[in-house]
Amino acid sequence: MEIDPFIFRLSIFILSIFVGYYVVWSVTPSLHTPLMSVTNAISSVIIVGAIIAALSNIDGNIFTSSTLFGYLAITLAAVNIFGGFLVTQRMLAMYKKKKKDKK
Amino acid sequence: MISANLSATFYLISGVLFILALRGLSSPETSRQGNFYGIIGMVIAVTVTFLSVGNFSSGFFYVIIFLLVGGSIGAFIAFKIPMTAMPELVAGFHSLVGLAAVFVAISAFINPEAFNLGSPGNIKLASLIEMSIGAAVGAITFSGSIIAFLKLQGIMSGAPITFKGQHLLNALILISIVILTYFLCATQSSKLFWVLIVVSFLIGLLLIIPIGGADMPVVISMLNSYSGWAAAGIGFTLENTALIITGALVGSSGAILSYIMCKGMNRSFFNVILGGFGATDQSSKEKNKEQRPVKSGNADDAAFLMKNASSVIIVPGYGMAVAQAQHALREMVDTLKKNDIKVSYAIHPVAGRMPGHMNVLLAEANVPYDEVFELEEINNDFANADVAFVIGANDVTNPVAKTDPQSPIYGMPVLDVEKCKSVLFVKRSLSPGYAGIDNDLFYKENTLMLFADAKKMTEDITKNL
Repeated sequence: MEIDPFIFRLSIFILSIFVGYYVVWSVTPSLHTPLMSVTNAISSVIIVGAIIAALSNIDGNIFTSSTLFGYLAITLAAVNIFGGFLVTQRMLAMYKKKKKDKK
Repeated sequence: MISANLSATFYLISGVLFILALRGLSSPETSRQGNFYGIIGMVIAVTVTFLSVGNFSSGFFYVIIFLLVGGSIGAFIAFKIPMTAMPELVAGFHSLVGLAAVFVAISAFINPEAFNLGSPGNIKLASLIEMSIGAAVGAITFSGSIIAFLKLQGIMSGAPITFKGQHLLNALILISIVILTYFLCATQSSKLFWVLIVVSFLIGLLLIIPIGGADMPVVISMLNSYSGWAAAGIGFTLENTALIITGALVGSSGAILSYIMCKGMNRSFFNVILGGFGATDQSSKEKNKEQRPVKSGNADDAAFLMKNASSVIIVPGYGMAVAQAQHALREMVDTLKKNDIKVSYAIHPVAGRMPGHMNVLLAEANVPYDEVFELEEINNDFANADVAFVIGANDVTNPVAKTDPQSPIYGMPVLDVEKCKSVLFVKRSLSPGYAGIDNDLFYKENTLMLFADAKKMTEDITKNL
């Protein structure tokens, strides 16, 4: 009997939770704010769903109710992706070590 | 058009890159590279999606337009936002992820053919369940984050809003969501789908309004976690590995952060979520109303004390963020260092309004991160330090948490500030902090209260050094 592909996805999901658990515990507490902004950015990979929705114009009709929701979702996710990665970048650029050439 | 297997492989690669992005944050040196991995992962995921849909008709043109519009708004916000407003920004971003998840779910419900999920009115059962979970959690994330945003921004009062029967109402709504999902699956009725979304928006609002301002670190982390689970729900619907991996990562990341924040307050997660902290404890507030003598001083006294110290520990809190005093503080510390005084910073896990809030502000003011320490790392050093400079923190220094089992904050880990030879406490008044209790530290023999705006006081001290 064949295994339902759902089981494979569930395995990926469960294992990723464990990976996430260990990876996040090793994040230094001083970087917890960038952690939140970068998780924000990567969870916007939901944009792939939005793109599929927006390009699902079967009869050549670009604006149907389902593609419109797709366009809206693309815009929201794009705000998050660009905003999230850039603000993380901006924050991380500020974390500096003590200058060694101190008198 | 590329094959499904090839695109699945690329989605897996971008999932792995997202893991590396989080892995990079284990140290500030590797963090920038980690962020770069995250960006690459995102570019791969988006590109592969375009190629696998393979539809470059005029719809594609609009997709690019909307992508650029959203992207420029995001970039604009990212460059303009002041660092003190990070908690609001993150809450706002969470709401967008939540809403995007809802929109994708709606779109998939209206047009399931596009996602290979069956036909309208006859959607595969498993997909419908996953879609409902994604939509419901997304809606809760959206409305909850909006409330968190309004509270953090000060548009809405940070005070907990509670009413009779609140918990019963919330429980009933949550049960109704489960029942709605069941009937939605049984009937495939689009009406029920809309009702499910509306009810989820409502519960998101109701869950967050009873939670007070200083509990926002827990709320933000929790909503972070929800946004991950929403993404994972949609990931299952779309059978997309990148989305499933990311959802799981973000979900567990937010959950861990909530746990760390709760532990920092010695409160259980449910205690925070059920809300109304501080509002319930009127009796202990009254008890402490009697007047006790405090020593207060001015910038000159503070400067004198610090000049004669050999080591100073700075304890920043939310008040520093409100007063935007981080730059003034750094200048004061620079002057101290010129006088060969050792300075370090002590950060309590729940200082500020989100995890790591103080660290970002200090980093913004060019404080090197190896001078900034967490509670466990530095707590023993207070006994050997000459001066503790408490700026905008309160409850996290209250020794009552160690001595009085009756106190609502008893058992919460606190910074042992009182062990310093002398304590300088910058505060606008003697008013109690968020927990609504008096801080014994104000009345200690070796405490000098500096009643002023944090920024102004710090600048004045620098002048007097």
